[in-house]
Amino acid sequence: MNIAIVKYNAGNIRSVLCALSRLGYEAKVTDDPKELNEADRVIFPGVGEASTAMAYLKEKGLDEVLRNLKQPFLGICLGMQLMSKFSEEHDTPCLGMFDVDCVKFVLPKEYKIPHMGWNTITCNDDSLFANLKEERWAYFVHSYYVPKCEQTIGSTEYGGIEFSSVLHKDNFYGCQFHPEKSGDVGETILKNFLEEV
Amino acid sequence: MLAKRIIPCLDVRDGRTVKGINFINLRDAGDAVELAEAYSRYGADELTFLDITATVENRGTFRTLVRSIADHIGIPFTVGGGIRTEDDVAALLDSGADKISINSQAVAKASVIDDLALRFGSQCVVCAIDARRNPAFDKDGQDGWEVYVHGGRKSTGIEVISWAKEAYSRGAGEILLTSMEHDGVKQGFAVDLTRRVSEAVGIPVIASGGAGTMEHFTEVFTEGKADAALAASIFHFHEIDIPELKIFLAQHGITMRKQ
Repeated sequence: MNIAIVKYNAGNIRSVLCALSRLGYEAKVTDDPKELNEADRVIFPGVGEASTAMAYLKEKGLDEVLRNLKQPFLGICLGMQLMSKFSEEHDTPCLGMFDVDCVKFVLPKEYKIPHMGWNTITCNDDSLFANLKEERWAYFVHSYYVPKCEQTIGSTEYGGIEFSSVLHKDNFYGCQFHPEKSGDVGETILKNFLEEV
Repeated sequence: MLAKRIIPCLDVRDGRTVKGINFINLRDAGDAVELAEAYSRYGADELTFLDITATVENRGTFRTLVRSIADHIGIPFTVGGGIRTEDDVAALLDSGADKISINSQAVAKASVIDDLALRFGSQCVVCAIDARRNPAFDKDGQDGWEVYVHGGRKSTGIEVISWAKEAYSRGAGEILLTSMEHDGVKQGFAVDLTRRVSEAVGIPVIASGGAGTMEHFTEVFTEGKADAALAASIFHFHEIDIPELKIFLAQHGITMRKQ
């Protein structure tokens, strides 16, 4: 299988490569439109800040390329947030694969921000969640979130807010948590993205 | 609901773990990667590796080790010890570490925290604080604590709560708070100090130093308001095993990740 990881200035690509390698897959890190178009699967990781990431994608012309991809596409963390219409992080217009905006956590003082650590995902019956056990804990690190919407297939609660932890629309998937850092649960979800969807 | 985290800490010298770690079924007890995999299997929520290598020449060994850890384990890990420059941080993050912890370096030059947070993001900047009681800092009937550096050997004249607040405002993403008074004594964490730091900052606080019993973890998570608890020898020597600890804590109403 030909897997492409979108190369842009929002790091931690190595963790994704390591997780894929543990599953027996190799991936190519690329920002070449041709390679992205030809891949069987595209993974869009991300740790960083929305406006800087969007500026980079636009400069490279990648915003249009990503939006028009037809194969299964998975955004992770910031990658998922960039797939919304708009992010409150530095008021940034985003790629718009999902019909929803990304907003900042506003929580009572006792809730720390970022939402950092292990939390549970409540999942629907999407094939991305095939073969998962009952306990569905995933590792999150984020200060902004995508509210629940029509495209939500997995949700998580923090500080009284139930937000989208997994989104799906057509060929586009997004995870707010880091599957590459979420132990067996994360590896199963990555494996499903490669083999079940 | 967000779970409280249990974090074993491993000291690494010249690429190998130190302390007579005694884990079941390990071919090589000094092999940090094998140990990390074992902890990951036994339910550790995160791992911390402290490089106590004495020489600069052997720093490269630690980076190689970090790459190997990232290859093998699928949970987050923090690395610390001997970090001097932004390039050191970049090399460790590129090698696959999720977070780095800084201590003496941040006290010497606080703007390091701003620089690292700006370049790499707050989520990967852990500010480690080593605290010792100092009655000179007592105020309003509350115990005063002083920041120590260089492995707890050197005093700084800085009060702990104010330093934690400063680290937070400069962009640290987490505080790793170690009570040097409690460390190694196994009489419980510095619960009162942990609570005060946790209430003073808007970022997660990892409590460290003093774990001896499972009840100590309950205390630091409830009264101490810690978001995570770190320990070393009690895990390494099987005085407390993580699966049993997590069951115990869950029975006491503390949210724990189950595998």
